[in-house]
Amino acid sequence: MKLRLFPHPVLTPLLALIWLLLANSLAPGQILLGLLLGWAIPIFTLRFWPERIRIHRPLTLLRFLLLVLYDILVANLNVAFLILRGPRRLTPAFVTVSLDLRSELGISLFANTISLTPGTVSSWLSPDRRTLVVHGLHVRNPDALAATLKRRYEAPLLQVFEPC
Amino acid sequence: MLEILLSALILIGALFTFIGSLGLARLGDFYTRLHGPTKATTLGVGSLLIASMLYFSAQGKGVSFHEILVTLFLFITAPVSAHLLSKAALHLRVKSLANVPPRIDETDSDPDSR
Repeated sequence: MKLRLFPHPVLTPLLALIWLLLANSLAPGQILLGLLLGWAIPIFTLRFWPERIRIHRPLTLLRFLLLVLYDILVANLNVAFLILRGPRRLTPAFVTVSLDLRSELGISLFANTISLTPGTVSSWLSPDRRTLVVHGLHVRNPDALAATLKRRYEAPLLQVFEPC
Repeated sequence: MLEILLSALILIGALFTFIGSLGLARLGDFYTRLHGPTKATTLGVGSLLIASMLYFSAQGKGVSFHEILVTLFLFITAPVSAHLLSKAALHLRVKSLANVPPRIDETDSDPDSR
């Protein structure tokens, strides 16, 4: 019963927060409306969320988000430099990354992070969800890139969403 | 003082957006072109949004937070569209400067694509 009334407890405050940002106000009525939406939307979209979301280490998640923001900033400058230097000197490559993540949310967050950090786009996920193919704009050492991606982004996501 | 800061932010944003478009025009194949608009633009749009946030907050009608939402939706949608474009290109075997990994052909038997 509890599962049916609150299928995704994490989503409720998140949706309420997004509603408040959308309304751009902190009036009590808006907060109530936001909470109502945050309660109702997960119930109506239950079928689209096959797994229950559990966040195990919020601090690790926060640190991960800050790390990603920092990486976006630095790597943006890097890609801008690569583009300006000219396409002739680029060595693009496809890199295969083996996945330790098992949950769908974890994998999609990992793939999204890879696409957001400049210089890499996640291109293809194998049907068995065990390998992710990443396209790199300028890859000198494919194995080192795969190792970096795993250490920098996959390890914290594993801790947050799949601690066992 | 504020105006100088705002102008600097807008100029930086325009510069990075321009570099992103330049990448789209100059780079060699489909996959590398994908990097320009999805990437160099995140910083460009980011600094434009910060400028917008500062400007509307300084107007005195309260702090403006809509820009955070724009950033959020951009960060959710941009990687997904890039991934799908890239996946479709691999599926159609678009010519690439890099060696395409051999296992891609299995996409046809992807159980989720049905």
